Amino acid sequence: MRGGLSKTLALVGAAGLLAVSACGNSDNSGGSGGGSSASKDVTVFTWWADGGEKAGLDGMVSVFQNDCKDYKFVNSAVAGGAGSNAKQVLANDLQAGKPPSTFQAHAGAELSDYINAGQVDDISDLYKEFGLDKAFPQNLIDNLTIDGKIYSIPANVHRANMVWTNPSVLKKASLDAATAPASVDAWIADMDKLKAAGVKAPLAISKGFAQEMVMEVVLLAELGPDSFKGLWDGKTDWAGANVTSALNKYKKLLTYTNTDREAVDWPDALGYLNKGQAAYFVMGDWVAAQQLADKVPDTAYTYWPAPGTAGNFQFLSDSFVLPTNGPDPDGTKCWLKTVGSADGQKAFNTKKGSIPARSDANPADYPKYQQSAMADWKKDKIVPSCAHGAACTLGQNNDILSALSQFSGSQDIAKLQSALGTAMKTS
Amino acid sequence: MHGRIRTWGPGALVLLPTVLLLGYFVYGLIAWSFNTSLTDRHTGRKGPASYVGFENYGNLFTEERFLNSLKNLGVLTVAFIVGTLIFGLIWALLLEKGVPGESVFRSVYLFPMAISMIASGVVWGWLLNPSQGEDARGLNRLFEILHLHFLENPWWTAGSRWTTMASIALPAVWQMSGYIMALFLAGFRGIPPELREAARVDGASEFKLYRHVLFPQLSPIALSALIILGHISLKLFDLIYAITGPNQFRTEVPAILMWNTLLRSDLAKASAIGIVMLAVVAVLVIPYLAWTVRQENEQ
Repeated sequence: MRGGLSKTLALVGAAGLLAVSACGNSDNSGGSGGGSSASKDVTVFTWWADGGEKAGLDGMVSVFQNDCKDYKFVNSAVAGGAGSNAKQVLANDLQAGKPPSTFQAHAGAELSDYINAGQVDDISDLYKEFGLDKAFPQNLIDNLTIDGKIYSIPANVHRANMVWTNPSVLKKASLDAATAPASVDAWIADMDKLKAAGVKAPLAISKGFAQEMVMEVVLLAELGPDSFKGLWDGKTDWAGANVTSALNKYKKLLTYTNTDREAVDWPDALGYLNKGQAAYFVMGDWVAAQQLADKVPDTAYTYWPAPGTAGNFQFLSDSFVLPTNGPDPDGTKCWLKTVGSADGQKAFNTKKGSIPARSDANPADYPKYQQSAMADWKKDKIVPSCAHGAACTLGQNNDILSALSQFSGSQDIAKLQSALGTAMKTS
Repeated sequence: MHGRIRTWGPGALVLLPTVLLLGYFVYGLIAWSFNTSLTDRHTGRKGPASYVGFENYGNLFTEERFLNSLKNLGVLTVAFIVGTLIFGLIWALLLEKGVPGESVFRSVYLFPMAISMIASGVVWGWLLNPSQGEDARGLNRLFEILHLHFLENPWWTAGSRWTTMASIALPAVWQMSGYIMALFLAGFRGIPPELREAARVDGASEFKLYRHVLFPQLSPIALSALIILGHISLKLFDLIYAITGPNQFRTEVPAILMWNTLLRSDLAKASAIGIVMLAVVAVLVIPYLAWTVRQENEQ
């Protein structure tokens, strides 16, 4: 009996241990496929799971398999708009000390969460090794540098300060779709004309970050690029009178928008534009890829930089990092080399609808919109986007989105302004 | 010695895995969270953290966003419990009367519970579209077609905290009323028919029969329903997340705020929110458990 009892105890104990270790494994399996470094797997964590994004990633992978024959690409994508789900999964893996070989992150301030947590390595040396310090515009490198160090290699560049228009709706108020209004005030005057012509909600908008993007282009137009950049690095005072006046214009713009703004996503809002219910839509240039995918003809829409922001290129960028204590740094470096290379960027961006971060790309390889964006990328002043992580950390962005959703209902400017200031003071 | 082990040994052995697993995965991790909530671990960085006492809790209860989420939760819980109890009871009363095809209706009312909250949340997000008039979509569209214009409303996107959170409670009420109906129906069926007959013989009206004979018998079921609904409401996350998205101030409850906080790696604050949520649920559940245990002992 005694032996039987202790045997049973041992069995039960072993079963308990097994259960514990099984849980541990399943928790980490999302990102630690590269744990078996003997097979030379390179686990790449992204939120590019379908559409043009997936096609772009596939293009990059085929270049990688060619350049880095020793390694095997392992896709570890988590679906979900702008990485909302992926970031949670990634945070778990990083917390558990099991990083993937490399992961996607918005270039710029959003990386500082990972930097502060000691989860990504400085890769300034790789820039020299791969010749990226010459291939990327100095302007971009300045925006990527944090305390003299660079932590990621951008795969692409998107432009945030774009307005998409519906010419046939603008015609109702005899407005020219080809030229942008010179300022936010002129834009508001045009919207009054559209309202008088029977367009009830001239400015299409959706929830969350789309509202943040409208606020950002108004701030950029009203404050100018230098003060605008200062809002994010602490040099410009959020409590200033110029911010108040800009926010009042943002409030005015909201009165021209669809009333269901809190309930729809950006593809719905783009639908309002394409169906002729709205005349304008403020959104990043992934709209161009979406319109191509939806087979909306070139003639059905025009685009220009948001009023008052011409000459400024508000950028955001997807980039890849070298995680601290990753499974196989050499494999990761080979992936990063592909990401920064001319071939890799071409294979990726022609499909994703973005433009390459390198300035030596050939515009003829790209569709019509990207050609104009590439020209602007070379000559414009580059300013960052908060909504897409170039200027703000995840936490700051989260607080700003919360403040904007509160404002969408309450319309209280003073409260919004102080909430924005507070959001940027926290990290 | 041997004899004593033989008495309590097998019982202890059967309980041991449960005790170990619960002890570690539930109570151990609660203790761990509580411990984290007392530190200044505000980033994902590894290494030692220092204790700051109840500072995180103090900060929470002065933060507008957290207080807003607590108030939202309170309103949501009241609207959800009241709505679900009312609908559940009405349906149970209707079915209790013995309608032809009762089992069909029972399934129809119960069915929403089989749908996951995240799926019903996505659909209710479309139904609760705030557009009105010619552009109306979702439920407002239905009201527009039926010429019930006065019923059209902006749902959760405008108005007071009560209208906002009542709109959010609506899908939850739809989903859980069938369950409450089933509870009450079982209760009604459990009352011996002799009691009704005796009351009728004594000349009690139908209203009096329910008021003085049947409902008092249902009070233990009503209490269970209250507790079950209460703890569902206090932990509600997926439904709200699916309808309004993650950063919606108007509808944020502590569970969503905790998720947002965790996303920015503020472990200490997220733990503190989690512990506050646990305390809120405990306030509801512990008296109920104590009451149940006492009842059982009396029997």
